[in-house]
Amino acid sequence: MLSTEFFHSVRLDEEKCKGCINCIKRCPTGAIRVRRGKAYIISERCIDCGECIRICPNHAKYAEKYSFNEILQYKYRIALPAPTLYGQFNNLDDVDYVLNGFLQMGFDDVFEVSVGAELVSDATRAYMQRQDIVRPVISSACPAIVRLIRVRFPNLIPNVLDLNAPLEEAARLARARAVEKTGLAPEDIGVFFITPCTAKITAIKQPICNEKSHISGVFAIKDIYPVLVGQMDKLTEVKPLKNSGILGVGWASSGGESAALIKERYLAADGIENVIKVLEEVEDEKLNDLDFIELNACSGGCVGGPLTVENPYVAKARLQRLRKYLPVSCNHLGTETIPHEMQWEKPLAPVSIMKLDTDLRRAMEKMAKMNEIEKTLPGLDCGTCGAPSCRDLAEDIVRGKASIEDCVFFTRENADGSNYIPIPAPFRKSDESKKSE
Amino acid sequence: MSLITLHYDVPGDDFTRAGEASGNVKTHLKKLGFNPTVVRNVVIALYEAEINMVIHAGGGEIDVEIDPDQIRMVLTDHGPGIPDVELAMQEGYSTAPDNVRALGFGAGMGLPNIKKYTDDMQIETEIGVGTTMRLRVDVPA
Repeated sequence: MLSTEFFHSVRLDEEKCKGCINCIKRCPTGAIRVRRGKAYIISERCIDCGECIRICPNHAKYAEKYSFNEILQYKYRIALPAPTLYGQFNNLDDVDYVLNGFLQMGFDDVFEVSVGAELVSDATRAYMQRQDIVRPVISSACPAIVRLIRVRFPNLIPNVLDLNAPLEEAARLARARAVEKTGLAPEDIGVFFITPCTAKITAIKQPICNEKSHISGVFAIKDIYPVLVGQMDKLTEVKPLKNSGILGVGWASSGGESAALIKERYLAADGIENVIKVLEEVEDEKLNDLDFIELNACSGGCVGGPLTVENPYVAKARLQRLRKYLPVSCNHLGTETIPHEMQWEKPLAPVSIMKLDTDLRRAMEKMAKMNEIEKTLPGLDCGTCGAPSCRDLAEDIVRGKASIEDCVFFTRENADGSNYIPIPAPFRKSDESKKSE
Repeated sequence: MSLITLHYDVPGDDFTRAGEASGNVKTHLKKLGFNPTVVRNVVIALYEAEINMVIHAGGGEIDVEIDPDQIRMVLTDHGPGIPDVELAMQEGYSTAPDNVRALGFGAGMGLPNIKKYTDDMQIETEIGVGTTMRLRVDVPA
């Protein structure tokens, strides 16, 4: 497969990478290997969840960054803050300070993603009324989850809610409002999303269920934060701009999307490892008594995004305080039918890269070989071969991507007398004295 | 002709580990690329049988043979045996104790479900000696 087929917002700074094994162990899709002393991302497997950015002690993994000058290409510029942003400020008691800060920064307008969230909640409630859907319905708001499902749980694709995420809905409405207000052409209007995570950058740059995103550019919360705080301090007047309620802003934390559905038979899981356990259970039909499943790759939900500045639990507590003064909801579809524009243009397609082979018999042969190889490996999952576990090394070997000699233990155990180097004592399996004879 | 064989020791009375064997078999089947229905049938049947082993028989052993046309599973335990197999096969019939029911198991759907999700199910059981269950799921051509 060509690497150009997969855009990724998660990048590697080779200078900073020491080739340590922290990231390979953390990756939920086993997408990272260490090769020639540097981390290497297997493009087809990466879901841009950002776990490696969070774990890298050398800050070698980073999110693709965009210059603020990008906004100058457009005649009219709109900022689209994710509700997670509101939880990043200490002592904030009114969202309008944040929204006005964007105008002070040079944006012509600001449109809350939580407005889109309230409309998506309305549309989801309508969707849940349908009789022809596969339950439990799995939320599609977290793009890392959508990508995780297409790579690791393709059987669950029919369960995935085929509606656009709140940020797309917000961007579409923001541009339409600007066209009406200014009379400019849609392409002269730049819509910039303020993102808590890498997965959303990827979803915008390379959508998988739509031809094109409504969003023109993306800035990370952590990058815009210091600029925004400075501008907020300079505000002389605060215009009333906020237009979303408790339900919309609630989407920033895990459980918020479900709560907005006003249904009891739901489950909300967050943190990629917990999410995988839940998906396994859905696959085994153990959760058939549920209507809706909300999944967020980050702990705590979007507030736990790898591109935020504040601890997710602190951010969540702050959002609770902010929400107290908001109405329940400010935006409604006003119809029982889901507008065509809110639906995916094309279905989610599986990416079957986890299979050993497209031919079942060849896959069987490879697995038999893999099981044999695994028996000769130490089972320490030390990662020094560059693969996350001994089993992964065995798989890489049968796929022709690695060699048994990559295992430092195998190589030392099997070295001949002349260049024999003993395995460190804690890992010795055989009696060393015999070897040195 | 390659044949994949898997073996599992299932410890009794440890609910935190119940489902480990069926989970591992699922990982194998998915990696091999078996069709999703086959994977689902094998995993649901094996999970039910594995749980039964933990609840009723104090654990046991599971052997799985995977070949491209069918998946065969043999579950062996040295538990109390099933006094009346026909009765146990009835939906809703259960002998599970209250502490097990409190965990959400023991609804009397175990054996009927295993039958539903497999193409063949054979039970050999002897009171006081144990139970061997042979399951087969065919792979549609």
